[in-house]
Amino acid sequence: MNILIQQLVNGVTLGGMYALIALGYTLVYGILLMINFAHSEMFMAGAYFGLFTLLFFTNGTIIGKVTSAAPWMSWLKPASVFFTGSTLGLIFLFIIVFAVTFILTGLLGMLTERLAYRPLRNAPRLAPLISAIGVSIFLQNAVLLWIDSKPIAFPSLFPIKNFGYGINSLKIFIVVTSIVLLAILDTFVSKTRIGKAMRATSQDREAAGLMGIDSDFIISLTFFIGPALGGIAGVFSGMYYGQIIFSMGFFPGIKAFTAAVLGGIGNLRGAMLGGFVLGIVESLGAGFISTGYKDVIAFVILIIVLVFRPGGLLGESVVEKV
Amino acid sequence: MDDFAKPQKPMFQKSEKKSRVKSLLTLVLIALVFIAPFVFQGFGQIFMVRVLAVVGLYIILALGLNIVVGYAGLLDFGHIAFYAVGAYVAMIVGTPVAKLLGSTFGGLSYFIALPVGGLVAAFVGLLLGLPVLRLRGDYLAIVTLAFGEIVRICLTNNIFGITNGASGLPAAGHALPDPFGLAWLKLHTYFTIGDNFVFTFTSNVYWYIIIVVLILVAIVVVRRQDDSRLGRSWAALREDDVAASAMGVDLTKAKLYAFALGAFWGGIAGVTFSYFQAFVSPESFTFLESSLVLAIVIIGGMGSIPGVLVGALVIQGIPEFIRGIASSGLLDSVGIHLTAEKISEVSSYRMLILGALMVVMMAVRPEGILPSKRLARELHPVKAEPVVEGPSEELDDDMLEKQ
Repeated sequence: MNILIQQLVNGVTLGGMYALIALGYTLVYGILLMINFAHSEMFMAGAYFGLFTLLFFTNGTIIGKVTSAAPWMSWLKPASVFFTGSTLGLIFLFIIVFAVTFILTGLLGMLTERLAYRPLRNAPRLAPLISAIGVSIFLQNAVLLWIDSKPIAFPSLFPIKNFGYGINSLKIFIVVTSIVLLAILDTFVSKTRIGKAMRATSQDREAAGLMGIDSDFIISLTFFIGPALGGIAGVFSGMYYGQIIFSMGFFPGIKAFTAAVLGGIGNLRGAMLGGFVLGIVESLGAGFISTGYKDVIAFVILIIVLVFRPGGLLGESVVEKV
Repeated sequence: MDDFAKPQKPMFQKSEKKSRVKSLLTLVLIALVFIAPFVFQGFGQIFMVRVLAVVGLYIILALGLNIVVGYAGLLDFGHIAFYAVGAYVAMIVGTPVAKLLGSTFGGLSYFIALPVGGLVAAFVGLLLGLPVLRLRGDYLAIVTLAFGEIVRICLTNNIFGITNGASGLPAAGHALPDPFGLAWLKLHTYFTIGDNFVFTFTSNVYWYIIIVVLILVAIVVVRRQDDSRLGRSWAALREDDVAASAMGVDLTKAKLYAFALGAFWGGIAGVTFSYFQAFVSPESFTFLESSLVLAIVIIGGMGSIPGVLVGALVIQGIPEFIRGIASSGLLDSVGIHLTAEKISEVSSYRMLILGALMVVMMAVRPEGILPSKRLARELHPVKAEPVVEGPSEELDDDMLEKQ
């Protein structure tokens, strides 16, 4: 029983991260009908952006090479004392870390869209997919070569308090923040004017264009929001596991994609639901079946869903267009 | 109609002349390929023989994937799984068979493991093909990727207790025997020309020749397949599966054949890899390897055999060559010394450049370096334009007639 509750807690935490990443897949798929293969690298990049921001404001280091010993960095010293000194400072620190990660990862997403996908807007569907794999390979190896090929420790500044049953403050923080972000995105897409434009573009890009919606802007925005949320999930992952590495995006990326498909790709709430369901199933599988095969569980679910219910749990059945 | 018929005749005559030159060139190339290992080995550049053999293995792999991706248009990200299946079958079947045959004929076990590995891989290909029959495009890509990862994870977790987990095969005391005839060849094929050229028949040369023969067989088989009824049904499936099905093409059969035949060559390459390396571990079969093989097919030119050859040379050959030169110590005589770290950096830079190349290639030349003519026409936007404009012109004519 104890294990069951612990695994459920782990599953929900994992699910929050999967849901955040899955949104990126679903948003892009909804509008461009393409799998953004490089999205898992956005998750990875987010973790690195978060780490660097954190290090910058606490140690005054940049990628471990420039330290606050350098004279032009000395202004950071009082700042780092403030950030690490008090609870208020920590709250500010995490707000800054998440905000910077959000913006930088979002911009990286927009950049990849502009460079790699936009020139292929009218190409056959295979082309952007391959281009996306190219982006993914490029980003991974860029981090490997220019930052570090070994895992980097993610400083555990978050005050961790245990509540029993495997519940702790960090897990609560991750789950609550994920849910809040999901709720904000859901409101944004369903209530605001821009959200309406996004939905219109995903239904019919041409018709939306005729109604005066700038589809290039909407696509750029989609490629900002998706990666930005994925980046936040990356920081969560760094905080949760305590270390990050260049190849960290692969499995969460595929699993989040599974979550998106599970919920019905293109469907925002479906992706959220799929993320949590997958996280819980995977944790239970790891706890009760085998840890070695926990990655297989997600893949088997993916194959079963795609084969028997390609529309997903919340998706409408897809009508093939000739 | 006349426009279409006119250029037909001269084009045909020209191509006949061209084809004679072409076949002569091909013969010269094949001869060079066979002479190459003797020259390299003779001058002591053993690493070059190894590099070429590895490139050869990737050519076989890519020829198989080319059937699935290039001919049938089914995107497959899990091709390396078949390579893994072949490699592990070779280890698992080859060792007992070698023991059974005894010390004299034990070396023949490769030739038994080869068809077995190929057929098992083909069967696994069928197993993958069956559930994904209804999937298309990117969904298919993801499922094949998942399949490849499932195979790798199962190997890592020592599935059925026969794969020895992450440490790989052979387990202690189960080494594969030397290939048949190598000992004899080593003794009898030894010659020197002058002082610098000393040739001995090493196992590298042996496997190189086996691999080249396999490539030639694969090319002949794959080409004949492509020209067959099956090949044409693949083309139809690739261009438009709905139209193909309406014309009576059996899509299920075409897809399953594509997966099974593609997987077969993956298995063949795997068996050979296993014997060539005398060691396999799950590390050799990651998604990265799958994407490398896919990159060979795509950057070389989908559906084109010369494309596969060029692609493998560019993507696998150049970096392996650089790595080989660096680790052979040849550069030391020129005064450049590369550490092991620098050498492994080379392969990371290869991946970095490859990633960028894939992006640029898709934007500039999506059909690859040496594409098949039909796919080039389909993929290249410039050449596709008249096709798009066609209907609108007809529409104008119709309207004029009505007026």
